[in-house]
Amino acid sequence: MKKTFPILIVLAAMLFAYAPVAIGRAPYESTMGLVQKIFYFHVPSWFAMFLSTFVCGIASIVYLARRHRTADAVAAAAAELVVIFGLIGLITGPLWARRAWGVWWQWDAKLTTALVLWLIFVAYLLLRRYGGPGSERLGAGLALFGMANVPFVYWSVHIWRTVHPLTTVVPTLPRPMAGPLWLGVTAFLLLALLLLALRTRLERLRRQLDDVYLALEP
Amino acid sequence: MKRLVVALFALPVTLTAAQPPSQPQGGFVPIDQLPAPESFPAAPLVIAAYAVAWLAIFFYVWSIWRRLNRVEAELKDALKRSEPRGRA
Repeated sequence: MKKTFPILIVLAAMLFAYAPVAIGRAPYESTMGLVQKIFYFHVPSWFAMFLSTFVCGIASIVYLARRHRTADAVAAAAAELVVIFGLIGLITGPLWARRAWGVWWQWDAKLTTALVLWLIFVAYLLLRRYGGPGSERLGAGLALFGMANVPFVYWSVHIWRTVHPLTTVVPTLPRPMAGPLWLGVTAFLLLALLLLALRTRLERLRRQLDDVYLALEP
Repeated sequence: MKRLVVALFALPVTLTAAQPPSQPQGGFVPIDQLPAPESFPAAPLVIAAYAVAWLAIFFYVWSIWRRLNRVEAELKDALKRSEPRGRA
C-alpha cells in the first residue's frame, strides 16, 4: 500500500486536472444549457458518498459481529467521507436546481431521502464524538440504518413522482457526455479511497495513542 | 342490479374526487402587466458549484493532514515518556 499510495495520488491528481477540460468539451444539454455542467461533479460526489456509506455499513457489520477494532476505525473514517461527499452533493444540487427548476430546494422524495441519509451520518459523527463509552456499538447500529437508506435514495425517482431526473439518464448518456461523467466518477471514487486510507490511519494512530496513555496511567 | 345501483351512485363521488381542487380566480391581470420572467445566469451557479466541491475537498485534505501531524507528534511524545517506565 505504501508504494501504490503515491501512484494513486498522482493518478487522482491527473484525473482531476483533466476533468475541467473534458467537462468544457462536453456538449450543452438541450433544455438546461450551461448549468447542466454541474452534473459532472454532482453525480460523482453521490457515487463517492454511496461507496463510503457501504464501506461504513459493512465495516460496522464486521465490528458488531467480531468486535474488530480496525473495522470500527474504517467505519468511523468512512462516515466522515459520507458527510463530506454528501455535503458537496447537497450544495451543488440546489445550485443546479435554481436554474433548472426555478427553486433552490424541493421537498420531493429524492431530495428528502438524500438529506435524511446525510443527517443520519452527521448524527453518527456527533454520536462518536460526544457519545462516550459504548458509542462505537450505537454508531455501528446507526450506520446500518444509513446503509439501508441508500436503495431508497437511489430508486426514489422510480417509486415516487419527483422533479429530479431519473436514474436512466446515466446509462443512456451520449458518448460526449458519458466520457466526462465517468472520468469524474473514477476521480471521485479514487479520491474517496485515498481519503479513506488516510483517515483510517489517523483513527488507528489515535487508538494507539489512547493505548499508550492508558499504559502510562499509574 | 344492486352492484349497478351502487356503481351509479359511486360514479359522481369518484369523478368529483378525481377533479383537481378548483380555486376561483380573484381578479384579471392584462398580459402586458405580468412581471418579467426571472432570469438567473447559469455561469455563476456553475462556478459556485465547482468552487464548493474544490473547497470542500481541499479543506478536508488539510484537516486530515493537520490532525495526522498532531496525533503523530503526540504519539511520539507519549512513547518517549513511556520509555523510562518500560526500562524500569
